[in-house]
Amino acid sequence: MKKILSYSWLAVVALFMYIPVLILAFYSFTDSTTIGAVRGFSLHNYVTLFTTEELRNMIVGTVLLAVGAAVISSVLGTAGAVGAFYSRTLTRRMVETANQIPVVNADVVTAFSICILLIVVLGIEKNTFIPLVIGHVVLCTPFVYLAVMPKLKQMDNGLYEAALDLGATPFQALYKIVIPQIIPGIISGFMLSVTLSLDDYFISTYTKPATFDTISTYVVNATRGAQTEIKTALWALSTVIFAVVILAVVIMNVVSAKTEKKQEVGTYDGRE
Amino acid sequence: MKRFRFSRKQLCIPYALFLVCFVILPLAVIVYYAFTDGSGRFTLANFLSFFTNGNTIGTLCYSAVIAVAVTAVCLLIAYPAAYVLARSGLKRGPVLLMLFILPMWINFTLRITALKEILTVIEGNLSLHPFLNTVIGMTYDYLPFMILPLYTTLLQLDQNLLEAARDLGAGPASVFSRVTLPLSMPGIVSGITMTFLPAMTNYVILDMMYNSTYIMGSLIGSYFNIYDWNNGSMISLILFAVICIVSIVTGGGDQEDAKNRGAVL
Repeated sequence: MKKILSYSWLAVVALFMYIPVLILAFYSFTDSTTIGAVRGFSLHNYVTLFTTEELRNMIVGTVLLAVGAAVISSVLGTAGAVGAFYSRTLTRRMVETANQIPVVNADVVTAFSICILLIVVLGIEKNTFIPLVIGHVVLCTPFVYLAVMPKLKQMDNGLYEAALDLGATPFQALYKIVIPQIIPGIISGFMLSVTLSLDDYFISTYTKPATFDTISTYVVNATRGAQTEIKTALWALSTVIFAVVILAVVIMNVVSAKTEKKQEVGTYDGRE
Repeated sequence: MKRFRFSRKQLCIPYALFLVCFVILPLAVIVYYAFTDGSGRFTLANFLSFFTNGNTIGTLCYSAVIAVAVTAVCLLIAYPAAYVLARSGLKRGPVLLMLFILPMWINFTLRITALKEILTVIEGNLSLHPFLNTVIGMTYDYLPFMILPLYTTLLQLDQNLLEAARDLGAGPASVFSRVTLPLSMPGIVSGITMTFLPAMTNYVILDMMYNSTYIMGSLIGSYFNIYDWNNGSMISLILFAVICIVSIVTGGGDQEDAKNRGAVL
């Protein structure tokens, strides 16, 4: 009885979180323009989503920005973490503190400060995409750093020394010994960067060129407008993203289950 | 001549420079703008106007009330949920947890759009209950951030302690209030920081839920829109100070928070 009660609470919370998205998914396959009035089945919204140039550009732009920012962040953050790990404690403390600022700071404040420096003070044109990319890299890199650091701490330090003794250059040793050991951290940092960038609204709003939109800025603008065609196409977009996320989660679980079976070492419990 | 030798420490240089240029420097610029006027002269006017302007003070109070309400509602919903999740075994727990994390990966503006459509059907006109709708919207958005840290702390809970308490004659209620609850404090604190601060500043949700009343974050937005960098900087600075104080008070939790934001990966 107690068990039923507690699991039904979980069910209620899950329903709260999923019902809006699921209802929207249902209506995205109909030709109705408001929730509640069911008419016929239709793929109209999906056709609009993938054929309207404005929408396509916005989606492609968002994804490119996310991947680009994540690549830069991964390289910068990994190098930073490796460098800081081997530096003096004082240097590491300083980097760690500065790294923590964007993590705890409100996104609005981060975005506003970057906008003031790059656009108002330095006068960099928004159209160059430089402020936008820098802004997203500021948002993502600290999380790469934080994802890589624990892996460095777990690493076997003797291997690097051994590689040097056996004649590897420091660069070779780094590339062949250190990187392979911290790669799980780099990958999770990369994935996290992609999701942070995709979900960002504030940095984009304050630094993007006027003609460019990410999904977030586009959706916010669309909710102010009254274009039903666009509105219902966004239902389709939400459904597509939902499907992609579910697919990604399933694939990730299958892959991690397989690798866990293969090598029972280095299990990551998500928190060390 | 000694050749330049590559050392591992040097890998830190690009990132250190990056942090100085794009994290420290922007904050320094904000400090400068906050304490100068349009022509670059030093002034305390922006600072004083924050505290004397009824609008900004009202906004501060309103956003604090919203943030408290959102955090409290999230905590009340998330705690029992996280408790059940943590108790549901090592096999089932992570899978169930994934169910609650997954929505986080859908763009939040799209999720809020979905919620808004549903609420419009239920309530009719959303602007009739602006406060309620803001709280619902933010709760909907931040719930995973509350569940996650609570789950990780409750999972670590030493079952032996609970058993010992029971053996020593504590009833279920006092086991909870005297053992479970105190031991889950770190998770509660971390969950609170992760929902309270965003709830004070994320004005997009508010904006999308048809609320005309501003919260702290939207003040920055409104100054940004009228190119008032000085007052905008002052608000940013004050917000940043509040955030620093909160993270220092909750102490050391930040590293954990960051991990929680990314623990799912």
